[in-house]
Amino acid sequence: MNIDSIRNGIVIDHIQAGNSMRIYQLLRLDRLECSVAIIKNCKSRKMGRKDIIKIDEDFDVNLDALGFVDPTVTVSVIRDGQTVGKRKISPPERIVNVIRCNNPRCITTTEPGLDHVFHLTDASRRQYRCAYCDAARQ
Amino acid sequence: MINRLNDINDLTSAQIERLIALAEDILADRAKYQDILNHRTLATLFFEPSTRTRLSFEAAMLELGGNVIGFADPNSSSATKGESVADTIRTVACYSDIIVMRHPKEGAPLAAALRSPIPIINAGDGGHHHPTQTLADLFTIRREKGRFDGLCIGLCGDLKFGRTVHSLIHAMSRYDNVRFILISPEELRAPDYILEGALGGPNAAYRETDSLESVMPELDVLYMTRVQRERFFNEADYVRLKDSYILTRRMLERAKDSLSILHPLPRVNEIAVEVDDDPRACYFKQTYYGKIIRKALLAAMLGVCE
Repeated sequence: MNIDSIRNGIVIDHIQAGNSMRIYQLLRLDRLECSVAIIKNCKSRKMGRKDIIKIDEDFDVNLDALGFVDPTVTVSVIRDGQTVGKRKISPPERIVNVIRCNNPRCITTTEPGLDHVFHLTDASRRQYRCAYCDAARQ
Repeated sequence: MINRLNDINDLTSAQIERLIALAEDILADRAKYQDILNHRTLATLFFEPSTRTRLSFEAAMLELGGNVIGFADPNSSSATKGESVADTIRTVACYSDIIVMRHPKEGAPLAAALRSPIPIINAGDGGHHHPTQTLADLFTIRREKGRFDGLCIGLCGDLKFGRTVHSLIHAMSRYDNVRFILISPEELRAPDYILEGALGGPNAAYRETDSLESVMPELDVLYMTRVQRERFFNEADYVRLKDSYILTRRMLERAKDSLSILHPLPRVNEIAVEVDDDPRACYFKQTYYGKIIRKALLAAMLGVCE
């Protein structure tokens, strides 16, 4: 299967197989007008299987959201067909408005205009807790 | 100066010590402090019922010479019209110098503090935190035991929704050689953020059991709690669990003579009335000390005392 190379845009590589749609939704890529390619389950020497997302436009990637979903990914910036920047991601210490709290007793479920804030409390398990009620999310 | 008290961890151990020292001085000489908060106003915003916490804050403010406004029932506020916590706080801040707030939603006082231009105190948020009850508990333990280090503390009852338990564990886990025995039915065990957080450190020592009688001889402090009907989504679960533990005089026969029995109150059935006359029962003293330590807290947060 061939997917055209992009001239100017973003490549999100080394996504754990199966995570690409979650990243697509979290980064709200459905809102973009440009071409977006989601390549699922391609072979990888390091990972066995992986997903890749190619975005055919310069785009300000929310690295915190990416780091929360899948810290194995790499983000490459492509200019004139060349890779001009490459970033590895790590789980962010704090994420804001990336996910919502599931605890029905949490104030964020009823209070309007409140940022949804989570803190990384256990890096080994990539466990986050709501800043308001301490409920866990992974 | 302390600007907000959302969680007992907002206070350093040194600040807690200064509050206890101030409370001791207030106990020794009430008249010395009777006018220190003249012309200051406390707003008490209670979106959930309360007897002790609200009345002790109001009594504390009045005894310090201040004024009190507020509501004890959210049905008498604009919350019933759908006003947000943030808007309520910004409004009340126009009329007062300090706010005490209880709310059924967890994290509501933190959300309020983010918008509040004046100091704000969490008086209980759902099943989450209750830091001023913890100050009352700490003051009682210090007065009864003379120390925090080296105590064996049994926490019994609803450890899942018991916000006073969560705050007390956070506070006591700071001190050396404190052992916790967590006594509860399986369904009401302490949440993992307490076990992994406050009790997750290398120095913390705790164990979980469902038997109060078997651990009674070990305890220096027994902290009883009520199974909280208002936190259950299912009435049948509440009915099944509500009488899991009932402390009786017979059960205390195997306890140390020096045991201190605490309870944040209100109680339902978990301590038999016959225990009230036992010299080890401290829960009504604890209620009194709660008012004194809240006087110290108001004075400190309004910058009148160190």
